[in-house]
Amino acid sequence: MAAEVATSSVVKASTSATFALVGNPNCGKTTIFNALTGLRQKIGNYPGVTVEKKDGVFFTQHGVKQFLVDLPGTYSLAPQSPDETVTRDVLLGVQEGTHPPDRVVCVVDASNLERNLYLVSQVLELGIPAVIVLNMMDLVEAKGERIDAERLAKLLDCPVVAVRANSGDGPAKLRVALSKPAAQPSGFSVTIAEVVSATLGSLMENPPTGFSVDDPALRSRLLLALAATPEKPDALTPYREQLSHVLPSWRDDVIAARYSRLQEIVEETIHYTGGAQADFTDRLDSIVTHPVWGWVIFLGLMTTMFLSIFVFANYPMDFVDGIFRNLSGWVTTHMPEGDLRDLLTDGVIAGVGGVLVFLPQIMILFLFIGLLEDSGYMARAAFIMDRVMNKVGLHGKSFIPLLSSYACAIPGVMATRTIENPRDRLATILVAPFMSCSARLPVYTLMISTLIPGGIASAGKKAGIMLAMYLLGTGAAFLFALIFKRTILRGEPPPLVLELPPYRMPGLWTVLQHMLSRAKAFIQRAGTIILSLSIVLWALSTYPKKPGADHAENLADSFAGRAGHFMEPAIEPLGFNWKIGIGLIGAQAAREVFVSTIGIVYSIEGADEDPEPLREALLKDKWPDGRPVFTPLVCVAVMVFFVLSMQCIATLAVVKRETNSWRWPIFQFVYMTSFAYLVTLIVYQAGRALGL
Amino acid sequence: MLGRKRLLFRAKIRTSDVVLLSDLTPGGRAKVVRFLGDSVRTQRLREMGLVPGTTVKFVRLAPLGDPLEIELRGYKLSLRKHEAELIEIQLLEAPHGG
Repeated sequence: MAAEVATSSVVKASTSATFALVGNPNCGKTTIFNALTGLRQKIGNYPGVTVEKKDGVFFTQHGVKQFLVDLPGTYSLAPQSPDETVTRDVLLGVQEGTHPPDRVVCVVDASNLERNLYLVSQVLELGIPAVIVLNMMDLVEAKGERIDAERLAKLLDCPVVAVRANSGDGPAKLRVALSKPAAQPSGFSVTIAEVVSATLGSLMENPPTGFSVDDPALRSRLLLALAATPEKPDALTPYREQLSHVLPSWRDDVIAARYSRLQEIVEETIHYTGGAQADFTDRLDSIVTHPVWGWVIFLGLMTTMFLSIFVFANYPMDFVDGIFRNLSGWVTTHMPEGDLRDLLTDGVIAGVGGVLVFLPQIMILFLFIGLLEDSGYMARAAFIMDRVMNKVGLHGKSFIPLLSSYACAIPGVMATRTIENPRDRLATILVAPFMSCSARLPVYTLMISTLIPGGIASAGKKAGIMLAMYLLGTGAAFLFALIFKRTILRGEPPPLVLELPPYRMPGLWTVLQHMLSRAKAFIQRAGTIILSLSIVLWALSTYPKKPGADHAENLADSFAGRAGHFMEPAIEPLGFNWKIGIGLIGAQAAREVFVSTIGIVYSIEGADEDPEPLREALLKDKWPDGRPVFTPLVCVAVMVFFVLSMQCIATLAVVKRETNSWRWPIFQFVYMTSFAYLVTLIVYQAGRALGL
Repeated sequence: MLGRKRLLFRAKIRTSDVVLLSDLTPGGRAKVVRFLGDSVRTQRLREMGLVPGTTVKFVRLAPLGDPLEIELRGYKLSLRKHEAELIEIQLLEAPHGG
């Protein structure tokens, strides 16, 4: 290594290269990525899959621009999820639209060296110049150990840098290491069983299509391909069968051989220096996963998260709301009256504002998720909840996305990315919108206050009804998860393989970046698809125009109004009249729009601010035959419909993005709305039969 | 269908003196002997270092009795009983009472 530094050529050091950042989950890779790139990063998607692509730029100490790709964390190059497949494909240089990396940075949790080196050793064999970064050296010291980095570099034939990415000189040391010209690709390789070796030898002489004899990494590419278990037979299938015949355990032997070599390397490089501190993680875990205290802590954390979303988000939500109100007011005073002004205020500003108002909740939620994830608690939450979620066929990791959906299904759906198994992930996405989100709250509030007139005495009753609605939604989510896992998403549940990483102080920067990137994704959604849909809904409720008519009359005669009338026969069995029908159409933009739409239909302005006048108007409304429309039973029916139906276009748009096809959001819309119709029908008709 | 096959399989291995990872109690230590059954399904566990010959320590059960937490190669891993029942082990003596 010393020689390399001495011969450092100016030409090499002054060119730009693409670096790929690889490592196990929980190895501190993201912290390193952030430390190197700072704000110079871009988050996108790999084409055709919903795997997040993180790109960034950093500069060497000589000021030369370098590109850095943060690859999804994985434990091995034998992928089991779309994320892991991307990591492998980028490293093999076959990922569509991504430059094959010139150099690799392998990030290693040094306190868990042996397991982390498994992936590193696979990567080293690919023949790309690499640097190994030993991260979390503070944890190594706490264990009373010392790592001989030089010895490790020699044994793995690859430069090694030890850093603490979280503190002081870490990033600088790293930058210096990456500023050095690329070392030769490592010559490291593991001795494997002779029969496998022989098979590889014959394949190398006569490689199947897709492999090239000139490829210096041909042997390791072939080994990766050979050890894979493709669903359909391929060119290597006969070789696999032959190997299985001669040595049934050949696949396992390849893994075991790698581990036994790594064990030797680790024994040679880690020295116990004494003075190990008592294991903090162990002590904390005995409380955090305790049969009693574990639940207390778990419920406490979840309650705190939930309350923060509802309480702390209030102020910024009012603020966002205020901005849009002021903007709307400004447009109203500065623009001549007309359709364009109405489009801007009632369509664009009201539509986008109505969704963006949830931004503070989303940011607070992701702040919490980031903190829980980065501190190591999230793995414990999955550990505690796995049994419960497994009962309905879901994964322990489905818990947080479902909980998040109580705030808003959009971040809930986005949070399912941590679930590796595609079937589990899809099941979670499909049922997440059943969880009562905060957009349903204004509807529940209006209906409950119509149902039970105010007064302190009935506060308990109101809360009880509210709770019942939350339980109904949660029950429906579990029911359908169970149904899907038994039918369309059938399959033996994938094994749980969950690492319980040591607890650490969350990196503030990492957590903030996580939160900001989610917020950005949400704003982009609001700015594009939600904007266009808001305009469409506005047009439907404005045109055709009736000259001289007031707002309410115009709405009643608009396309939306006509659709409401048209719908009436279909929704009458649910106890809904055409006015509620218009509200349902409006609710398609976002559920809480129901309240303001109904407000317009009943000519009550500002219904979303003070529901009292609207409540009175609702109670006066009668069917043509003189029966009141909003009987207590109808109020319950409206709520039940809102609990169960899929009304949020924004969520559907996110589901489309996350599942990469329109098939799933359409299916979700149809199954949820039909189920909502059916249950509401039963509730209303049964109620009528009972004389309610 | 799968369940019945599983039960038969379990009944068969129960008749012999095979000890499984799921039989360990907190604090117990053992050496992995081999994996039983479908090898593709449990491949990730081996890639995580749970290969024959590895020493494991049973740390604890989750509050609801599943999954379980083990320690191997200096780190903590959680897996379900369902998979632990597919791992044959050889008991090691617990150091000074665990």
